[in-house]
Amino acid sequence: MAEVALRQVIKRYDDVEAVRGINLDIPNNEFVVLVGPSGCGKSTTLRMIAGLEEVTSGDIFIGGEVVNDLPPKDRDIAMVFQNYALYPHMSAFENMSFGLKLRKFSKDEIRKRVDNAARILDITALLDRKPKALSGGQRQRVAMGRAIVRDPKVFLFDEPLSNLDAKLRVQMRTEIKRVHQMVKTTTVYVTHDQVEAMTLADRVVVMNNGIIEQIATPQELYHQPKTRFVAGFIGSPAMNFMRCHLEANGAGMRVRVSDAISLPVPSSRSARYQALNGKELVFGLRPEHITEPRRSDRDNNCEFSATLDVVEPMGMETMVFFRLDGQEICGRVDPGSAAGPGQPMRLFANMDHMHLIDPQSGEVL
Amino acid sequence: MSAAAIVTRTGPGIRVHASLRRNRRWALITSYAFLVVFAIFFLIPPYYMIVTAFKSDAEVAHMATNPWIIADGVTLDQFRILLTQTDFLIFFRNTVIVTLCVVVITMVVSVLAAFSLGRMRFWGSSILATGIFLTYLVPDTLLFIPLFQIVKAVGLLNSYWGMVLVYPTLTVPFCTWIMIGYFQSIPKELDEAALIDGASHMQMLTKIFIPVALPGIIAATIFAFTVSWAAFVYPMAFLYSADQQVLTVGTVTSLIRGDVYKWGMLMAGALMAAAPPLIIYAFLMDYYIAGLTAGATKG
Repeated sequence: MAEVALRQVIKRYDDVEAVRGINLDIPNNEFVVLVGPSGCGKSTTLRMIAGLEEVTSGDIFIGGEVVNDLPPKDRDIAMVFQNYALYPHMSAFENMSFGLKLRKFSKDEIRKRVDNAARILDITALLDRKPKALSGGQRQRVAMGRAIVRDPKVFLFDEPLSNLDAKLRVQMRTEIKRVHQMVKTTTVYVTHDQVEAMTLADRVVVMNNGIIEQIATPQELYHQPKTRFVAGFIGSPAMNFMRCHLEANGAGMRVRVSDAISLPVPSSRSARYQALNGKELVFGLRPEHITEPRRSDRDNNCEFSATLDVVEPMGMETMVFFRLDGQEICGRVDPGSAAGPGQPMRLFANMDHMHLIDPQSGEVL
Repeated sequence: MSAAAIVTRTGPGIRVHASLRRNRRWALITSYAFLVVFAIFFLIPPYYMIVTAFKSDAEVAHMATNPWIIADGVTLDQFRILLTQTDFLIFFRNTVIVTLCVVVITMVVSVLAAFSLGRMRFWGSSILATGIFLTYLVPDTLLFIPLFQIVKAVGLLNSYWGMVLVYPTLTVPFCTWIMIGYFQSIPKELDEAALIDGASHMQMLTKIFIPVALPGIIAATIFAFTVSWAAFVYPMAFLYSADQQVLTVGTVTSLIRGDVYKWGMLMAGALMAAAPPLIIYAFLMDYYIAGLTAGATKG
């Protein structure tokens, strides 16, 4: 087990800079998830840590040691691939023991480690089977077993659940979390699925365009995104963004989102936003914070009416879509209170969760 | 497919899939008809060969008999004379030696070449791979003239070891090309997993790639075997004494004297020469199973 650190790491392919000078510190035993849209450099970063890609410049440390020039086998890491990458001609046992055999472990030790990993992953009965006789979930367990038996300093996961169906994905997600709680090895996990990122990670690293947008715990990421990208990427459905400007309103301030609608800024934030008065900004509010008026102590000032375009019942809640000033907005309301499409509905904006974003820099203010 | 097969009619008694079934039946009948024609077309020469090999010289020479059946009784005389009174066994031994050596040399060279060209990307590797295949396109009927000089220069003219030297020019390019395709079809994560597991490139080749690409290796082996077993132009050009001759040329030159064709022995010889490839095909086909990579990755 060891800590991992990246210092000003750059990866360039000819003219394209895939990773543009990132810094990252992962303490011992931490589970870190790199998340971002495809092409954001997350997989490249993981592969550089693994030693499968060379670093163009910068340094990668594993356990305090610079590993830039070490081949993958000398970095003491184990990796789980998206498509499992099991050796098709070997049984599950042979797949798991291959790395140990190459490292000249004794037969007894190999047996012991494989049995132990198989017990953790609940695949003891499958050890004699070849990969083609295993289901997707079982194959991924064997691939994880191959990583666990090595007892490496760092686990690397490259979108390991992307090939599984939705139900199995949720199951394996829990499994991975359970395994990490048992073996506690430092883990770097790459995914494009923000739900996976939020549920698994101790800390999430949101990447975009080869840079790190934000490193934070899942809660922090959700409630205090630093940039518009993070605010829009984390959360499903995505945060609503509306053009707006601030207006002074007596002692307080209001966010004007359309000619007809302006919403009050919570008094706790008025002072902070004072300097932004009159500026063109972007107002961000998550769908879960646009609801039917439901609180008894609600502020009537935060209510507005909208004509619904589309209504999507989800069972426990209903998504309502409407337009404000030409921009599509989504709200999550109680199924009992939703109006039908084309009908007006009274909605409530929970302004305690509002965000204001500078449209030029994309930073959350 | 006819329109009737697609349009669902609601009228009583009309069932849409009935015409689908009729279409399928016609497709099957047509395929079987063609397959039977092809099978007959390709099986006539071997049949003729077998029938003639078991006839006596007198019956073969007798113009009035039906050439498609054995009328005067089956005899093994042709085989007996061929094996005892001609150099057939020497030709056979020489061919076996040459073929075994060529297959081994070809497989070692082409597997190593294909692994480096197909998997270890380096500057110029794709051009080199195309170049190797292009050399295969030059026919041996053109190559034997310059090769004659080379074989002579190394002192292997009229020696079957010269064949061991020149046959790989036919087999290595094609086998390398087949193997490049196979190696490239193996997902790259497999070598990355092996690298992380601690394998060297040689271990990766021997422990992962060769077992996984076994169907390709068998296909290449069959090709190398067939080419060296059946080569004709090179032994014709480079070998002239009977003790160095191989089956293809040896049988023909020793059994056709001027305008005298010993048809019975020629056919018996051809039958025996065709036996090893047939046996090897039958044996290797069991292992020639595609889909060995199934399960390595999703999909």
